Amino acid sequence: MNRLKRTWNWIDNRSGYSDYIYPLLTHIVPRNARWWYVFGSATLTAFLAQVLTGICLATAYVPGGEGAYQSLIYITNTAPFGNLLRGMHYYGASAMMMLVVIHMAQVYLHGSYKYPRELNWMTGVVLFFVTMGMAFTGQLLRWDANGVWSAVVASEMAGRAPLIGPFLAHLILGGETVGGSTLTRFFVLHVFVMPGIIFAGLALHLSLLFRHGISEMPDPDRPVDPETYREEYEGRLRESGVPFWPVAMWRDVIFSTFVVGMIVLCALVFGAPALENSPDPSNIHENPMPDWYFWAYFAVLSLSPPALETWIILGAPVLGFLILFCVPLFSNKGHRAPSRRPWAVGIVFACSVIFVVLTIYGYKEPWSPDFGVPELPGRVVGAESGPIAEGGKLVHSKGCLYCHNIGGYGGHRGPELSRIGARLTKQDLIIRINNGGHNMPAFASSMSSRELDLIVRFLLTRGTGKDSDAKSGTFWFPNWPL
Amino acid sequence: MNQPSETPSTSECPRRSFFARLSMSLSALLGAAMTLPGIGFVLGPVVRKPDQRWRAVGEVNSFKVGETVLVSFEDAAQVPWAGVTTKTGAWLRRVSESDFIAFSINCRHLGCPVRWVAESSLFMCPCHGGVYYADGTVAAGPPPEPLHRYHVRVQGDQVQIQTGPIPLTRFLLSVDMDES
Repeated sequence: MNRLKRTWNWIDNRSGYSDYIYPLLTHIVPRNARWWYVFGSATLTAFLAQVLTGICLATAYVPGGEGAYQSLIYITNTAPFGNLLRGMHYYGASAMMMLVVIHMAQVYLHGSYKYPRELNWMTGVVLFFVTMGMAFTGQLLRWDANGVWSAVVASEMAGRAPLIGPFLAHLILGGETVGGSTLTRFFVLHVFVMPGIIFAGLALHLSLLFRHGISEMPDPDRPVDPETYREEYEGRLRESGVPFWPVAMWRDVIFSTFVVGMIVLCALVFGAPALENSPDPSNIHENPMPDWYFWAYFAVLSLSPPALETWIILGAPVLGFLILFCVPLFSNKGHRAPSRRPWAVGIVFACSVIFVVLTIYGYKEPWSPDFGVPELPGRVVGAESGPIAEGGKLVHSKGCLYCHNIGGYGGHRGPELSRIGARLTKQDLIIRINNGGHNMPAFASSMSSRELDLIVRFLLTRGTGKDSDAKSGTFWFPNWPL
Repeated sequence: MNQPSETPSTSECPRRSFFARLSMSLSALLGAAMTLPGIGFVLGPVVRKPDQRWRAVGEVNSFKVGETVLVSFEDAAQVPWAGVTTKTGAWLRRVSESDFIAFSINCRHLGCPVRWVAESSLFMCPCHGGVYYADGTVAAGPPPEPLHRYHVRVQGDQVQIQTGPIPLTRFLLSVDMDES
């Protein structure tokens, strides 16, 4: 026995590698899993990428009210590989969010959460919600104006909680206002608390995976019967299973390589996300916006009726968690195959459609005033001088265009006015502008009668001839129904 | 490592039962010793409220009657490392020669910064489309309450605003933080 082998034997004997680690690596998995099962391992890979890039970023990031922004500028513009690392951390977050959802959808569609893997699913749901927490706090650590306002919005949401609202809000902010203690709290959550929960949750999630084995592909003729499942599953594994290492693992490695490749590629091509204004809470020229994965929720906050709003703000995340967490308690046996579970397929399909539509709404923000809208060009107004032209200028300067669209110019909060002259009479227009209504402010006190007259005369020309060929600006949102 | 099966259970052996209870009690005690000071520390900024201060935001004569302008001032709670984040904005309007009103810039929906649109005399929020009239009452959109107002006073030739917490919209009960 040579020296090297003796050394290895010593390490193996004392560490227990052959007894504990090797059996995990070579655990027997079903042969038919193939490409369907690569998403879980890819989520883990994305998490590891986040840990590694995050540790490196933390060596230069200063979690202080003023220093954070300066250190981010340094990391982005000066530090070697800084821009690449920030980009990788950003796109890695997106990858992890996408993969964790795809992984969950796949497990749900294949009914893999059923007996005996209920706890695998439940720990996974906890990991999913902590991942969302990481995404939110991570966006906030990009401590620019958007980060500051994200902290304010988070505290306002918490502040709506019954009884303990203000306590929670001030706990989040580290005081009664945004200040020196705000960022450090989110830093601690993002860097210590939540990663700690993820590591612990992962350990449990993976140990449960080894305990119950990887589920087979669902077979429409073989529903899960808790009485006999384990015995049958183990019998089939003995017959046709293969060891994870070295036989089955290669697909996971190939897909994970693809994921990391995409993260690096996106970071190289698009770079780190741009920093917005400095984190000055007195700067009002900011349109706070979450990162893309929260646009759907952002849209819900705007679309929900005010009377129900607090219930939705606070209830939706809690209810969403409870429903997902309890899925295996509602049904842990019976069919696994999607072909025998049309409701499951329908639920995943409906959730996907709702998410995509709300995400587009969140991105387009049709409820938001368009502060940057330019003046109407002459070809839309249809007159170069005279009262019609003056009225055309006034709909811009009085802010009508912030919410109303005319000939492709303006916001989408209120109804489009491109053809309003064909729909409303002069009297209707005067009453509507003076009194407001249907979620429109009353302008009686902020408009002279001459200004009102000019605007009405201009609006009456809309939809009555010359301008009718002007391009309509509502490509996705028709008149906003409020 | 397994205990022999003839070992009496802890309930039959008073000494073992005592040690089991001792271990559990000491664990709880040392756990509390490790966490309680930390909880107190983390809750510190929440429990210990700073005294509100009056902050000068400009000379009286620098504001025109009828105009609404953005001013900024420093919060009551100040730490040296807070830097620019210690600032808060307010919309200040000179109503008459001696009277001023100051609105919080926080929308009462979810706290986003509202902008004053002078031409149409409206405050507008970019986040979810909240709109307020010049007096701060809700004109449109989701905000459930009017804009919060800060206390303002004139001391000598200076306009001063009293600092305050970020206005929170409460659940079911409306707490008027204005008190004026």
